[in-house]
Amino acid sequence: MQEQKFKYQGIGREYQKQLLTAWYERLQNAKNDGRKVAYLFVPGNVAEFLRVFDFELVFPEVNALQCGVRKTSGDLILKAEDIGYSSDVCGYVKNDIGMMLQGNIGPSGTEIPKPDLLLCTYCGCTTFIKWFEALAHFYDVPLVMLDVPYMRDGEISDTDRQYIVEQLKELIPLCEKITGNKFDYDKLVEAMKHSAEAEDLWVQILHSAKHKPSPFDSYFEAVFFMAPIYVLRGLPECTDYYREALKEIYERIEHGVGPIPDEKVRVVIEGPPPWPHFRAFWELLKHWGVCAVASSYSKVGGFWDHGFRHDYTKPFESIADYCLTCYTNQNLPMRTELLRSYAEEYSADAIVIHSVKSCRSFSVGQADMREQFIRKWDIPTLLVESDLADPRYFQAAQLKNRIDAFFESLEHKRLVKV
Amino acid sequence: MEKQMTFEEKIEHYRTIIDDVSYPTVNKWKEEHPNKKVVGMFPVYTPYELPHAAGMLPVGVFGAGGKIEIDHADSRIQSFVCSIARSTLELGLTERLKNFDALYFTSICDVARNLSGIWQTNFPQQLVEYIHFPQNMNNSSAPKHYRAELQKLVSNLEQLSGKKITNEDLLNSIKTFNRNRELCLQLYHIKSTTPHLLSTFEAYIVLRLGTLLPVEEHSQLLEGIIPQIHQRKRTARDFVRVMIEGSFCEQPPLELMQVIEDAGCYIVDDDLLLHSRWFNEAVPLNGDPLLSLAESYINRSRYSSVRHYGNKSRKEQFLEKIKSGKVDGVLFCAPKFCEPALLDYVVLKDELEKHNISYMTFEYEEKMGVFESIRMQVETFVESVLFFS
Repeated sequence: MQEQKFKYQGIGREYQKQLLTAWYERLQNAKNDGRKVAYLFVPGNVAEFLRVFDFELVFPEVNALQCGVRKTSGDLILKAEDIGYSSDVCGYVKNDIGMMLQGNIGPSGTEIPKPDLLLCTYCGCTTFIKWFEALAHFYDVPLVMLDVPYMRDGEISDTDRQYIVEQLKELIPLCEKITGNKFDYDKLVEAMKHSAEAEDLWVQILHSAKHKPSPFDSYFEAVFFMAPIYVLRGLPECTDYYREALKEIYERIEHGVGPIPDEKVRVVIEGPPPWPHFRAFWELLKHWGVCAVASSYSKVGGFWDHGFRHDYTKPFESIADYCLTCYTNQNLPMRTELLRSYAEEYSADAIVIHSVKSCRSFSVGQADMREQFIRKWDIPTLLVESDLADPRYFQAAQLKNRIDAFFESLEHKRLVKV
Repeated sequence: MEKQMTFEEKIEHYRTIIDDVSYPTVNKWKEEHPNKKVVGMFPVYTPYELPHAAGMLPVGVFGAGGKIEIDHADSRIQSFVCSIARSTLELGLTERLKNFDALYFTSICDVARNLSGIWQTNFPQQLVEYIHFPQNMNNSSAPKHYRAELQKLVSNLEQLSGKKITNEDLLNSIKTFNRNRELCLQLYHIKSTTPHLLSTFEAYIVLRLGTLLPVEEHSQLLEGIIPQIHQRKRTARDFVRVMIEGSFCEQPPLELMQVIEDAGCYIVDDDLLLHSRWFNEAVPLNGDPLLSLAESYINRSRYSSVRHYGNKSRKEQFLEKIKSGKVDGVLFCAPKFCEPALLDYVVLKDELEKHNISYMTFEYEEKMGVFESIRMQVETFVESVLFFS
């Protein structure tokens, strides 16, 4: 534990933990309390819309990543492989199926309620469809698709936006039927207002990493700080969280401190973390004084960097735009350009790509991105491989070699330049 | 000359064409039509009618089938990705697709989707389309949305060719492809009713050739060979009737099909080259052609792991196919790393277990060279079906 020196020190992590614990407890009691449960995915999650009907929301990826952090994912993955899942398919899916096979006890030891509705927000990941089709098979519950077209033309088209709006409107009667609660426009507006406020605060935290030294690690810390905006968005406690967390960041700026005691290298990180070896991976980079000043992973559940906010004056259209712009729903040229621009805006020295086998949505194209960063823009880029859920793919010695070699050469280049 | 060939001679001849990754038929077509365009179609289903209506040649692009070394694509796509994506990129990087003016990818999986992005970056001179197929089949605006998607493709093709595509052009193309799909289905009918007359190995070669020829030429060729197949003198054998599931995108090596058939199976149904018979019914010729294509995709497509099922679940349709095909057992035969196939496998085999239907499973990849262990597995499977089912 770090010594407590400042008033708000550690609040970002601690408050987040409290909120998530309370959320898991609420989920455990959902059925007893007579509340209905909807499962959905983080990218393009239409939380505001579902909150109108008082659904409790379960995010299977969040359960999976939490299992990874708590190092239980390995066993759960093996359980799923026992019933026929291939070693080559997404570890999140297998983690979730494994958890279900073991009585659906979630990462924090509480029971995850069964779904009353599976809402597959097909947003940037085709495996999502297969995942929820499997859950629909095992739970025998209704599966509804929210079909979000990929940003294939590099911009939002009105046709795509309207398509999502129309799907949301058609979803209303089903949600009313399942929950017995009527659609209430004012409630939607209220949730949207909460979201927009939280988003504003979150973006301030993300942008704070432009400071030198950065007060915030946009990858290794962001993964904790971003949890409330993904799972609790639209609720007042989510907004309150970001108000408090921002205080911690301001305090760090005031005192000139950051997550890395002596920031030497600023990087942009692409790709999800290796959850089962999260700390080990962080340590490998910390060793070189590396701070992640921007990352793409912190944008998977929403891309607010360039000014988008949930807009209560046109709620449906705004939800549609939110879904469309989530990071993995952006096409490869957009993703490449975003990372390049991050390197520039955040004065990064290099780009680190953590390529995971589980998630082809993220990883296919990353090697090509690397070629472009190096050849077109002369940005030093490191690509390392492991996995986001499956501990078997984390080769510590190999990763250490590659990371050490890369940062050593970066350091050498700098010395030569000086 | 071809007219005088026996069916077996034709198959041998066609095989040399489909095995040649330099696309000889396409190069020849391009020489004969220097001002016309070629459009590459990545599997599984792609609307071939559109480039055809624009006077272009739509050509199936199914990777290199193990015929080339992956030297350049390795640095662009990681090793945990299916062979078809890697070898297709290799075909591009080694300029084997230089006669192609455009490439179509569709929303079948994340790999194909991202490959379209890699293509955009590496081949800026080619038009790259990524087609979003509707996944919410029950939504009333899905046909309208997909129609708009098709309209966008049409506009881009018009720009590429400098020629307007009329409704008449589109209807003519739909009619032409309806006829071709009907003929391809006839091969499947033969495989199902008289499997001893046509092996899947042979049927596959004929259908695969269709992805490399102008559709009219392929239909004519089918009209010539179908009577030849009916006239073959072959004896029906005591083989097990199996169905292949999972081979809808990357294509298995031809040798694998032979091994399965030699081990005592009639492959009476499969999901190989699904585009050749994608619709359950002909696409209607009355009304707005693009809307007809859109509605056909939504309401009248065959089930596939790359298309969300809508009202009727995939497993129901899968079981129906087994029942109507009088299938004794299912061979799950998926390419390595193919998530749609490998993820569906668990749900589908669960259904088979519930209904006491035999199955076996194996994976393949393009570079596969040894099939002996699969032969032994299939032989054992055949015995177990024959003696214990």
